[in-house]
Amino acid sequence: MITVSGIRKRFGALDILQDVSLALRPGAVTALVGPNGSGKTTLIKIILRLTRQDGGALEVGGVAADEDGDYRRAIGYMPQASRFPDNLRVRDVIDLVTALRPGAPRDEELIGAFGLATEMDKRVGTLSGGTRQKVNASIAFLFRPALLILDEPTAGLDPIASGLLKEKIRRVRAEGRTVLVTSHIMAELEHLADDIAFLCDGRLRFAGSVAALLAQTQQSRIEEAVATLMRRERPPHAAAGPESVVIASGLPAGARDA
Amino acid sequence: MTVTTLVLKAGLSDLARNKWIAAYAAGFFIAAEGLFWFGGTGPQVVLSMLNLVLIVVPLVALVFGTIHVYASREFVELLLAQPVPRGQLFAGLYLGLALPLAVAFVIGAGLPFALHVRSGAGAGALAALGVAGIGLSLAFAAVASWIALRTDDRLKGVGLALGTWFVTTILYDGVVLAGSAMFSEYPLERPLLGLMLANPVDLARVLVLTQLDVSALMGYTGALFQQTFGTVAGTTVAVAALILWCAVPLALAARCFRRRDF
Repeated sequence: MITVSGIRKRFGALDILQDVSLALRPGAVTALVGPNGSGKTTLIKIILRLTRQDGGALEVGGVAADEDGDYRRAIGYMPQASRFPDNLRVRDVIDLVTALRPGAPRDEELIGAFGLATEMDKRVGTLSGGTRQKVNASIAFLFRPALLILDEPTAGLDPIASGLLKEKIRRVRAEGRTVLVTSHIMAELEHLADDIAFLCDGRLRFAGSVAALLAQTQQSRIEEAVATLMRRERPPHAAAGPESVVIASGLPAGARDA
Repeated sequence: MTVTTLVLKAGLSDLARNKWIAAYAAGFFIAAEGLFWFGGTGPQVVLSMLNLVLIVVPLVALVFGTIHVYASREFVELLLAQPVPRGQLFAGLYLGLALPLAVAFVIGAGLPFALHVRSGAGAGALAALGVAGIGLSLAFAAVASWIALRTDDRLKGVGLALGTWFVTTILYDGVVLAGSAMFSEYPLERPLLGLMLANPVDLARVLVLTQLDVSALMGYTGALFQQTFGTVAGTTVAVAALILWCAVPLALAARCFRRRDF
């Protein structure tokens, strides 16, 4: 599906990503986790080519991602923050993205589940943040993409909408589609994620299955396991953490995931 | 429809319902209508409106344009996540900003002339005012796009937009006048003509005033310009330079949009 290898990114003097390599396992939900400022959103934006990497390669289906972004036909993206032009109606926004993907199959399940049918003629500027986030989620799933990239998808959603979205992610996985999701709420990843990619200080410190993570950290839950990784990578009085781990196929090389 | 057309259509739908754009058009309408109401004739109203156009059009295009580009950033990210080339997307976004500004000016300032002017007198000046207002809208919307795309800090971006407005509309002619007084012993005709071509506000002023035969009101550079080029040649050069003033910032903004990280 998507493979990034040796990705480097600097903003000024700051190394945001250093030699990050990751291959998403097809048909799995991969949770990209890490502390604030670890480079999760930057990595997602590099995959979408919203941000250009300073080094490394991005391949989609074994082919280098094209400059015109045609490979994004296979991707549905839900950004962390959603903002649309205030005076457009919900219908206008959905019609626009539909027109930008002519001939794509449609999946309007979330529009129905979120009750957006009654909001279609409202101006986006009059919607609450949560409703805008529902529109955002609906657009990400609308064209039945082979890969879904969801950046903090439940942030701003009420518990019911959040539950509906997680159910949808599970159904998408059952259909054999791939999901990359970031979240600060580890608890919600418990029954959602198949694989974990842990970023810390711009380096990929772990990538592998949830079972491997739990075994390596000797924990029983993802939340505790990730906290254990974070404590290892950022001990209170220790120097910088170990070098990055290079992952070729969703499993880390070396002993980290052994 | 192409990506550019689709994004332009969305931009037009958005700004057609924007209250600030409506207020902008209404402001020009009230000003021109008021001038007619106080007994102005077509050419007199054009002359009075010129001063308003030279100050207000760059100010609104720069400040509104910069704020609009910043406000569109998350939407642009969503659009860039679709299978669209950056160049086509930028063209749609720019036109979706610049055309509503230009159309609001044409409707607001043009409607009173359509209602009151019954003869062809001053038609050339009116057309020149229209071209000047549209040209300034397109040029300064491009400059605003460039500023907002280059500067991540919104406060700094709006400050730069206001600074650009202050320099081009207020400071520039004063500096040129002071410079020409200081170096009056030297032959300054050519440098002054060059300086005038370097400012779109001066260009727009000359474009209209060459149609009105009021060289006394044109300032030093404008008078010189008319004397040197004559009306037809002067108009052609001014229009060509105004087109360049749209094209160059637009090319810079497009380059910035293609290369920047979102």
